[in-house]
This record gives sequence, C-alpha cells and structure tokens, in this order.
Amino acid sequence: MAHIAIPEGLPGISGGFAFRPETAKPMRELANILLHESNSLTMGERELIATYVSSRNDCYFCQTSHGAAAAAHLGGDDVVQRVRTDFESAPVTAKLKALLAIAGKVQQDGKLVTAEDVERARREGASDIEIHDTVLIAAAFCMYNRYVDGLGTWQPRDPSMYAQMGQHLAEHGYLKSSR
Amino acid sequence: MPHIALPEGQFGIRGALAFRPETARPLNELADFLLHAPNSLSAGDRELIATYVSYLNDCHFCQSIHGAIAAAHLDGDEELVRRVKADFQYAAISEKLKALLVIASKVQRGGKNVTVEDVAHARELGATDVEIHDTVLIAAAFCMYNRYVDGLATVQPHDQAMYRERGKMVARDGYVSVSKTYLPAEPVRG
Repeated sequence: MAHIAIPEGLPGISGGFAFRPETAKPMRELANILLHESNSLTMGERELIATYVSSRNDCYFCQTSHGAAAAAHLGGDDVVQRVRTDFESAPVTAKLKALLAIAGKVQQDGKLVTAEDVERARREGASDIEIHDTVLIAAAFCMYNRYVDGLGTWQPRDPSMYAQMGQHLAEHGYLKSSR
Repeated sequence: MPHIALPEGQFGIRGALAFRPETARPLNELADFLLHAPNSLSAGDRELIATYVSYLNDCHFCQSIHGAIAAAHLDGDEELVRRVKADFQYAAISEKLKALLVIASKVQRGGKNVTVEDVAHARELGATDVEIHDTVLIAAAFCMYNRYVDGLATVQPHDQAMYRERGKMVARDGYVSVSKTYLPAEPVRG
C-alpha cells in the first residue's frame, strides 16, 4: 500500500502524478523534452540511458516501463537486457557506451564524472548538448526513481501492462497519462 | 572548469539552465512550485529540507544557495540553518519538520528506505498527506538538481556574500521570476 492516499489502480509514477497535478506538469514536460522531443540522440538511446539509471537505482516500475519504451523504439528487448547487465559488451554504438559510463557516474554522484569520461564521449562523437542531456537524464531519473519508491507506489508485476505502456510512451510521449 | 561550454559568468545551476533553456523552464517551474508557491509548509521549512538534502549530497552550490534562501525566509537566522545541517534533531525547529527531515534523508539514500513507521510518525506530529508527498518530492528533486550541478562541473564560488544576496532575491521573487534575469528572452508569440 502506498504511504499516502493516492488514487487507487494507478501504477507507479501515475499515482503520484494524479495525487499532485501541479508538480506532475513540469515533471511530465521535463521527461518529454529529455526523452521524446527531437534530439541528435535517438529516442531509443535516450530511453536506454533512463532504463540503465533506473536499473542501477533498483526502481522496478521505472526500469520496466522505460525498458519497454526502449524496446518499442528498438524493435525488441534483447539490447535493453544487455545494456542493463553489461553495456560495454552490448551491441550499441561506442558513443552511447561512453554516455552510459557518464550516466552511471552521475547516478552515484555528479562529482565522479571526470574530464577523461567527457573526453572519451567527445572522441566518440558526442556533442556538448548530448553530454548535457545525458547528465540531466541520469540526474532526473535519480529524482523519478526516488519519487516512485519513496511514496511506496503500486508497482505491478505484469509484463503485458508494461509492454502496452512502453508502446504508448514510445508513440505518444510523456505529456498525457497513458491510462 | 565545466565539462561542457556553459555560458561564462553564470554560477552553479544557472550556467546549466542558460545552456539549455528548454529544460530550464520545467526545472524552474518545479522548484518554484515545491519551494516558493503557497503551501501549508512554510517556505523556510521547505528550503531547510532542500538545504539538508543538498548537504547530504555534498553539493556546495546547492546547499549554499538554498541555505541562504532558507535564512532569508527565517529572518536571517543563518545559525539555525547550520544547526539543521549539523544535527537537525537538536535544532530549534518543529517536531513535525524533524519527522519530515527523517523521511527526506531516507529518500536521499533511496526511496525504498522510507518505512510505514517513518510516515506514521510524521502523521502523528500533524503532517498531512500533501506535506509528506511534497517532502518526498523535494528530497527526490534535489537528488536531481545536485547531480546536475555537480555532474557538469559547474562553477561554484565560495563567496558567502554572493549567496546571501541571491538568497534574499530568490526568497522574495521566486525561481521562475528570477530566472528571467539569466535565461535568454523567450521568443514573442502571436
């Protein structure tokens, strides 16, 4: 049961959003700009960063729903699973590996990101905006994950629900509720 | 030196926000609603939660500026801000705020650390569901702002007078209003 009286039947962050629409609005807009609006990083790549950080924060709802969104963009779940377990050996670009290394540092503490980490990303072709967005996606999921877990939200174990949600997020983005 | 080419002369989060005005807008709106908009928790109490979480995350810029904003809301009481950071259980704040700071510190380490007992304790001391929600979200949001500021290696001066001055301005005008002084002007619509 959730720690506060959030509307029933709404899984994960949608419960928090329904409870407090005033904060839901900027949180949805931020997710939409970072993950869904046009960007030189593909939506699939950005969802992989979000999934990887949520997995390191051990947030079941976020890693499953964003993993499903990534799988919807990428046409399958295989790359998502491999990025979660060991991204350095996953079939993704060298640039994305360098960005995932930065995201992993930010997940622990922003101060761990070194000039060498950023240099590696740049060498693999990352622009300043892509490095900025990687840092902010990783930081933002340290918020979303804590929000979802800190309220004790309902996080069902139902693969078909997440597959449907991932498909919806991949197609329509984050501005409106999928339910 | 920042990891990327942030606008010069902008300190802490302002450099990052000015670099990417698209994300600056929701980031400032969220801070404004959580910390500055009317709420049953005073702005001083909410800034103390933000300062405490930023202190736990060891973010120099955020704990300095939010400590200064908190002090501005609390009649300039910088000593109270220091005491909350050092050991809030012995600080001259309400028992309700102490219970909310316990929840905030659990969220800082990971949301799953918050227990039913922590929440029941806050409720016994008069905290409402909205206040508990906002405490969780302030703590979670500062786990974002702190990592954003440190992860880009923004410029974070050690200048108490600068933080004190800015603290007064943000306490008075709020985050969205002050952001107009350092963000590029929005294109005129219509």
